[in-house]
Amino acid sequence: MHVLAADGAVDPVLSDLSDNLVLWMIVVYAVALFLFVFEAAYGRRESLKGTRLVAVGAEDGEGGDGVRVNLREREPEAKASRHFLGKVGMAVTVVGLVLNLAQIITRGLAADRWPWGNMFEFVIAICLCGVAAFLFAALRYRAHYLGAFVLVPVLLLLGVAVRWLYSESGPVVPALDSYWIAIHVSALILATGAFMVSGSATITYLVAHRTEARKALGEQVSAIAAKLPSAELLDRVAHRMIVLAFPLWTFGVIAGAIWADEAWGRYWGWDPKEVWSFITWVVYAAYLHARATAGWQGKKAAWVSLIGFGCLLFNFFAVNYLFSGLHSYA
Amino acid sequence: MTEPPRTEPSAPALSPLGWARWAWRVLTSMRTALVLLFLLALGAIPGSLLPQRVVSVEQVQNYYLENPDLAPLLDQLFLFDVYASPWYSAIYLLLFISLAGCVLPRAAAHYRLMRARPPRTPRRLDRMPYSATLEVDAAPEQVLAEARELLKGHRIADHGDSLSAETGYLRETGNVVFHLSLLGLLVSLACGSFFGYRGNMLLVEGDAFANTLTSYDAFHPGTAVDPAAIQPFWMRLDDFEASFVEEGGMTGQAESYRADVTYRESPEEPERTHVLAVNHPLRVDGAQVYLLGHGYAPTFRVTDADGQVVFDQAVPFLDRGDGNFTSDGVVKVPDIAPEQLGFTGVFLPSAATDDSGDLVSDFPDARNPMVVLKGFVGDLGLDSGNPQSVYQLHTQRMEEVGDSPPLAVGDSWELPDGATIEFTGYRDYISLQVTSDPARPYALASAVAAVLGLLCTLFVQPRRTWIRARRGEDGRTVVEVGGLVKTEGTAPLRRFHELTTQLNRRLRRSDRQADMEKE
Repeated sequence: MHVLAADGAVDPVLSDLSDNLVLWMIVVYAVALFLFVFEAAYGRRESLKGTRLVAVGAEDGEGGDGVRVNLREREPEAKASRHFLGKVGMAVTVVGLVLNLAQIITRGLAADRWPWGNMFEFVIAICLCGVAAFLFAALRYRAHYLGAFVLVPVLLLLGVAVRWLYSESGPVVPALDSYWIAIHVSALILATGAFMVSGSATITYLVAHRTEARKALGEQVSAIAAKLPSAELLDRVAHRMIVLAFPLWTFGVIAGAIWADEAWGRYWGWDPKEVWSFITWVVYAAYLHARATAGWQGKKAAWVSLIGFGCLLFNFFAVNYLFSGLHSYA
Repeated sequence: MTEPPRTEPSAPALSPLGWARWAWRVLTSMRTALVLLFLLALGAIPGSLLPQRVVSVEQVQNYYLENPDLAPLLDQLFLFDVYASPWYSAIYLLLFISLAGCVLPRAAAHYRLMRARPPRTPRRLDRMPYSATLEVDAAPEQVLAEARELLKGHRIADHGDSLSAETGYLRETGNVVFHLSLLGLLVSLACGSFFGYRGNMLLVEGDAFANTLTSYDAFHPGTAVDPAAIQPFWMRLDDFEASFVEEGGMTGQAESYRADVTYRESPEEPERTHVLAVNHPLRVDGAQVYLLGHGYAPTFRVTDADGQVVFDQAVPFLDRGDGNFTSDGVVKVPDIAPEQLGFTGVFLPSAATDDSGDLVSDFPDARNPMVVLKGFVGDLGLDSGNPQSVYQLHTQRMEEVGDSPPLAVGDSWELPDGATIEFTGYRDYISLQVTSDPARPYALASAVAAVLGLLCTLFVQPRRTWIRARRGEDGRTVVEVGGLVKTEGTAPLRRFHELTTQLNRRLRRSDRQADMEKE
């Protein structure tokens, strides 16, 4: 016997609202990007507060209360371009994040389901996590200087999503109708967001590294390149983000395997998506090992992490559109 | 008189043992592990670009048909079985040997470290990554007592005028657990393919099957599986329901499938019921039954020229995959004289005419089911001894007798020789997969242990702290704090500084109290 579903169960008001929110979100992120670029180009290079022991009252000498502190290695130079408009940019980014979240919630409510079931929704969610990871890095590691470098890929992704990936709000195929979508996809989206911030930081690192090499040779460096934060600082932020993302990615892949076991009857079947998430995992694992291997630190490790990010992007876009597999929901 | 020199003095030859040591050292170095990791990633790529037998044998066959020259060449390089190929196995086996060779000695060293006392206080603490000194009035014993309290959760050793404390052993424990879990995962995978099996079948509404080899359309046993001794469960499909989106841009997309089944764990067990759905398999006696797909099995009744019913059953038709369940199938009627009958047919669940006037199905559900048949008379070839697919009609020794008009439920089509075929309705069928993998729980346990180990090794920060308190020349107590970390970043340094500040604050408070008592 076949039962006809009464309707596609999509709330038109909420669905329209969520479509409008995408556009507003893009506008707000674009404004934030402009402010961040302005800060990067015209700000003054200042020491970052709170990254050093100085903030708690002592470094290399007399602190408060008669404590003398001695550090064997000096902490890395923590200077970045600062401008009042950058602070406004942070506030605007938070507004964008709220709109982003509202978009996802309204879309989920409109179709009455977990709001990641197709490429369009994945991209929006990844942007949310990327921006959230950036704000986390900005608060925790004072990495506000990454703003411009994170918002560029976010805006590119949103553009691609709206132009090419857009699909109407609606129900998902039965295979995706499981609580595992909340676990598996959420973990991978979160990890992707953090990997994205790390990728931005790594590219910035490579530029800063070159700038420092040129400065060391006595060359004149101008424009934004001259005002980049120190390479070591960027390298650390990139590493921190991967340290956060890697276990999330591992967990997400394993959750996917458990779900696959429940839905398809095997936990690992070398589906193209599985293969490429495995490759991504291996490359990032190589990155973590490279950082602990003499002769592989710094630039080489940075390139390994960029290869990992390339695999991640390939897995996200190419595998869905070029290969046929069980993960085809384009 | 003189013997020629046997070896050159500048390059002493390595003994076989020496070579073995050298090879082992190279294999277990991090650099080699890195290279092997890259090879592991690189080697996995062709498996995603080329069809794999482990994923779909049909796709490999199609590739052979499309690239008859290239395919055998690729096959010789095992490129259709990448993940089971000798070269890929070589990569991961080398990697795991390298891993074991690296991790096991580390595990032993870590075990010794965990049993040992934290190391003695070095003479000069100011050479540590973090060091601080302060002076207080409190006695050295009191300083060390306060420090002990602040270092709760550390393992502490006393050395008279100083103490050493260590914490964060979980980092290295996690590291060892993570790498050994990966090894466990690999072994579980191997065991699964050795002791497990996988089989596929179709089951029509109302029919039942017993879990024996003959019930399967395809059966893939592991090397150590006896196909005659698989779990003896039994299952019947009572009812199947599918629902589809009826309106809007996603019309025709499936919303849900559910199959009501009755099963018995073994012939002696009572009957039980289960709702089989996507993401909701039936677990029975160590095997899992999965709902993979569904389709239509139109039912036909064939009467011969004398009015005798010679065929009355449901015939599963295979979905073409056009989204609207246009399905192809074959009806074979062997028990009819003088000549056997065969039909190829198309089933349209929602028959409608498209713009060009052709009959198509415009919805996946059975709103207006119709079949169109092509009839053949002659010899079906069933007695030739060669096995035949139920989805193929061998027409070499048959003669075509024409096409039927579109038949709705209840319609009949009379053939030239007087026999009649009636389209009596349809039943749903489901395609099932049965898998048994006794190593699944171990794979899951390994995976969980790997994640936990990973979290420990990435987030636990091992720290060694030393605190020394000595009476200075002026009678005041000089307190030295030293901290050692192996991880990068400023966070652990800040933890040391927190300790110093807290210790300082506590001692100052007690100094003040002592002063007040004196007054």
